[in-house]
Amino acid sequence: MSFVYQNIYYIGSIGLILIGLYIVLVKRNLIKVIIGLNFLDTGINLLLISVGYVRHGTAPIFSRPGLSPGQMVDPVPQALVLTAIVIGVAVLALALSLAVRLYEHYGTLDLRKIRGLRW
Amino acid sequence: MRKVIGIIFLGVIIWGLVLSLSQVPFGKDKMEVGRRYLKRGTEETGAANIVTSVVVTYRGFDTLGEVTVLFIAALGLGAVLYTRRRSSERIEPSSLVLRTGCRFLFPLILLFGTYIFVHGHLTPGGGFQGGAIIASGFLLIYLGCPERRTQELRLGATESLGGLAFVVFGLLGLAVGGYFLTNFLPKGTFNSLISAGVIPLIYVAIGFKVGSELAGIMGNLMERTK
Amino acid sequence: MIFVALLVLLMFVGAVAAGAFRDLINAVIASALVSFTAAILFYFLQAPDVAMAEASIGAALTTAIFVVAIRRTRRYEE
Repeated sequence: MSFVYQNIYYIGSIGLILIGLYIVLVKRNLIKVIIGLNFLDTGINLLLISVGYVRHGTAPIFSRPGLSPGQMVDPVPQALVLTAIVIGVAVLALALSLAVRLYEHYGTLDLRKIRGLRW
Repeated sequence: MRKVIGIIFLGVIIWGLVLSLSQVPFGKDKMEVGRRYLKRGTEETGAANIVTSVVVTYRGFDTLGEVTVLFIAALGLGAVLYTRRRSSERIEPSSLVLRTGCRFLFPLILLFGTYIFVHGHLTPGGGFQGGAIIASGFLLIYLGCPERRTQELRLGATESLGGLAFVVFGLLGLAVGGYFLTNFLPKGTFNSLISAGVIPLIYVAIGFKVGSELAGIMGNLMERTK
Repeated sequence: MIFVALLVLLMFVGAVAAGAFRDLINAVIASALVSFTAAILFYFLQAPDVAMAEASIGAALTTAIFVVAIRRTRRYEE
């Protein structure tokens, strides 16, 4: 039980990645697949931030004049994840526009009926 | 059949992730590059928010690439959803309560977003968060009183000017200092609004660009209602 | 610490529910719940910038984009 408590953030992010990957592989509706892609993105961002955590650390902002840089968490993963979140929403918008176009062309969003996307 | 293959694949992924995360125990201090940024961050850039100085100054080229990716995504969305015949139906005006509420809330939301990206180097925040809040204000206009929507031309002009300002600041840094995106303005006093050189100006440009871009994406998706 | 465990459990429930709902609007609201709990977890990991970005971009704008796209296609999954 203390193993679960110590690595609760790792377990949470890996679980979210797995659920997102399962939805992408198994579901048939295109909008569901895009929702699963969004979960995959969020899970990976959570994993990156939780790798950079330092125990009993604080946020990397010098708001008070008494903070020393020895007790802060890692700022580099936070900068990279900030970029990744914005790119995730851009990819999501483009994927949804393609889904709307596919629906107007084929009349359905079922992946078994759209030619070229079956597997 | 598909579910079985999916579950086997997930098992392989779980095994790989657990194997690689067992080498990285949770909570241990393992940073090398981050320690240098934390120690020398305030005297090299002058910003209080170390994440901001990493995003804009130390890894500013990555931010330029990300702004480019956002621009390409908005461009692709506009190109895919392009339709020649616009819907020429008359948009009926919304009710009085909705109109008054939208007109009252929209400048406040814009002010709040501007406050967040102007103070990006002092408090948590920055260009991307402030730009998303500005886009939420435009979403309110699109949903609440759609007869007062901004022309797409003005949003496109703001977005292009924001991106252009970012590249121009980088080129000015190249002309004055030695490399692209040098911090060439004076650093000022610590923890005040006018400090940290060129970082607040870049964040203002990024905030305008991201806000008008996301609002343009929403406007493009909402054309031609069924 | 027990609060963080409850939040992670809520995140799993929301993610599994988003995969299981037939009405796509319900699935999108469950995905907004997942983004929201992820933003709170980012705050507990001492990352306020990332929490603000995830809450404003992931929970608000993503949901709005999804709802507009669902309105232009089919609402129920067959």
